[in-house]
Amino acid sequence: MNRPSMSRATVLGTAVLAASTLAACASAPPQGGADSAAPGGAYTWWDPYPQHDASSAWAKRVNSCGQQAGVTIERTAYDTTALTNQALLAGQEGNPPDVILLDNPAVSTLADAGMLTTMDELGLETARFDKNLIAAGELDGKTYGIPIGANTLALYYNKKILDDAGVDPASIKDWASLDAALKKIKAAGKKPITFAGIGTEEGSFQFLPWFWGAGAQLTKLDSPEAVAALELWNSWVKDGIAPNSVLSNSQNTTWEEFLTGEFGFAENGTWQINSAAEAGFPTGVVQIPGKDGGVAPTPTGGEFITVPAQKDTGRYDVTKKILECMTTPEGLVETGTTFAYYIPSTAEGQEQILGKEPELKPWVDAVRSAKGRTSDNLGTKYPKISEALWTGVQKALSGSASPADALKDAQAKAQQATGE
Amino acid sequence: MTALHTEPAHAARPRARAGRGNQRRAQRWTALAFLAPLLVYLAVFYAYPLYRNIDLSVHDYTPRAFIQGNPEFTGLRHYVVIVTDDAFLRALSNTAVFTLGSIAVQYVIGLALAVFFHRNFRLSAVLRAMFLVPWLLPLIVSASTWSWMLNSENGIVNAALQAFGIGQINWLTSPDTSLLAVTVANIWLGIPFNLVILYAGLQNISPSLYEAAGLDGANAWERFRHITFPLLRPVSMITLLLGLIYTLKVVDIIWIMTRGGPADASTTFAIWSYREAFGTGQPDFSPAAAVGNLLIVIAFVAGLAHVRLQRKEENG
Repeated sequence: MNRPSMSRATVLGTAVLAASTLAACASAPPQGGADSAAPGGAYTWWDPYPQHDASSAWAKRVNSCGQQAGVTIERTAYDTTALTNQALLAGQEGNPPDVILLDNPAVSTLADAGMLTTMDELGLETARFDKNLIAAGELDGKTYGIPIGANTLALYYNKKILDDAGVDPASIKDWASLDAALKKIKAAGKKPITFAGIGTEEGSFQFLPWFWGAGAQLTKLDSPEAVAALELWNSWVKDGIAPNSVLSNSQNTTWEEFLTGEFGFAENGTWQINSAAEAGFPTGVVQIPGKDGGVAPTPTGGEFITVPAQKDTGRYDVTKKILECMTTPEGLVETGTTFAYYIPSTAEGQEQILGKEPELKPWVDAVRSAKGRTSDNLGTKYPKISEALWTGVQKALSGSASPADALKDAQAKAQQATGE
Repeated sequence: MTALHTEPAHAARPRARAGRGNQRRAQRWTALAFLAPLLVYLAVFYAYPLYRNIDLSVHDYTPRAFIQGNPEFTGLRHYVVIVTDDAFLRALSNTAVFTLGSIAVQYVIGLALAVFFHRNFRLSAVLRAMFLVPWLLPLIVSASTWSWMLNSENGIVNAALQAFGIGQINWLTSPDTSLLAVTVANIWLGIPFNLVILYAGLQNISPSLYEAAGLDGANAWERFRHITFPLLRPVSMITLLLGLIYTLKVVDIIWIMTRGGPADASTTFAIWSYREAFGTGQPDFSPAAAVGNLLIVIAFVAGLAHVRLQRKEENG
């Protein structure tokens, strides 16, 4: 009686053991790696555009570039932060995809990790790209990616509110004239301006035009110029020119506030062009002024095409063809219009898109005067400096420290974090 | 299973029993085979992650080192840096206020509701179900709703306060109130958990005790004070312990509502760890793991204290 039941138990036990070991093995390799080793004609492609599914114009464009190079492209979309983490994991496992479209500040992080091939190695010509745009892909004199387009920030305005308040947008030449315009709008009983001062990268992104426009440098966060920029934002929040919610506003929330039609100005990006055209009121765009006049350098946004280093370097030839296909002048214009809106990253591409849509002029100008966040060879130091900067901005706007003190702390923190 | 434990004793017995010894060996293998899935599971999903977290925290895993697999060994340096950071004391007190405040209020309200619903009345089941709603909602929904309600300019809370002549309070954007705001939201989320467990505990208290107390002339408060509360102690203790562990590691609700801000005003250890690893452009896994390990230690100490208290209770 005892024996048979025992052996049955043994069998059962071993089976359970085997099954669980199998399950453990199956769950061990991280996701993402499995698909990159596809043999022959399949090239893997990661991008941060999950909103564009397989049937979208973007996916078709990527596929057609693969077809032209004689291969099929397997595209996977992640959201921006997840993409960087997935890329790091794939790099650690040693099976990265053939192409990654990376948000530009992440390029130097992965390049510094030794994950990316230089454009030189790939044999790709980079001279035709705008210097200020490609700078974000450069680290120690080498270029690790090419911009597929660029977007940046400007001030959208509500024409009706400005007209009612008697403000001429063309009069905004420097901070003083902007301030005067904002006060007029407030006097007319409307909300003057909104922006995103949230404690994330978006907060730094929105603050940089004012920071750079005052003449400050990211290597010295507590310079008098930097303090002047933060004092400007601070006075807006304190005097009720900007709502208190800017402290927690993401750029999307800011835009929703603007779309209510209550606000005179909103700081926002190229990507809202379509939405602005569809708003229930007439809108316009002015560039962000520098402190004492001129146009402030705005930070560039947008993705870079990068090529992770492969064990099989024979793959680079096809990859190069795909990259070239994506970045011809026509290709850049197509990317630009597919993405509503992305300004092409070469002079030729910009001419072509202006020929098609002349009203993009202020944006093309803004992109030409824009500046990469990781430029000035900041590279991998930028994310740390940026964190210190947005924390400083939050401290000042929330009233827990004066702008000067908040930036002094920020500089100390940035120095500590970057090890200088 | 008992056979397994007596094995050594059998081994010393005379040869005549050798046949049975074989059988016992087989039995032992069987037992091991049964145990193995659990052991593998524990090793893969508990021991390895823990080991990896410690490994991350004593090396300097920059993205470069992470990929190339050659991190510099730094010993306890990350821990020292964190403990001496200006933000440490702030984060410690925030974690304490957030956690203890949350579980204390959750427990009191949960207990009050449990006692209330214990007396079955009409609609009590419906009302009880409604109190479970916070539990059913996806966190992203409830956290976003809270942050919308507490918005400085357009929030419904400030609109209501204004009706009573109270001026604008910047719930989420003032360093004085942001921790309070996220704690209130977290209390709301945690009440159902406390309610359900304590209500279940109440069902186990024999009604005859209340009857006897009623005959002795005890009023409602006395019945609660001398019957309900003492008999609910074991359940209360486990509720509080679980609440503590759940609350220590809360990230999502704070992250969605304030990002730990403004500046560091609502940053707890869990938020700090998350921000180091995923909140900036550049992942810093090592300091994140170090902060995470501190949290594990705190939770572990609380668990030990619970076991000790329980043992004392059983013995005394």
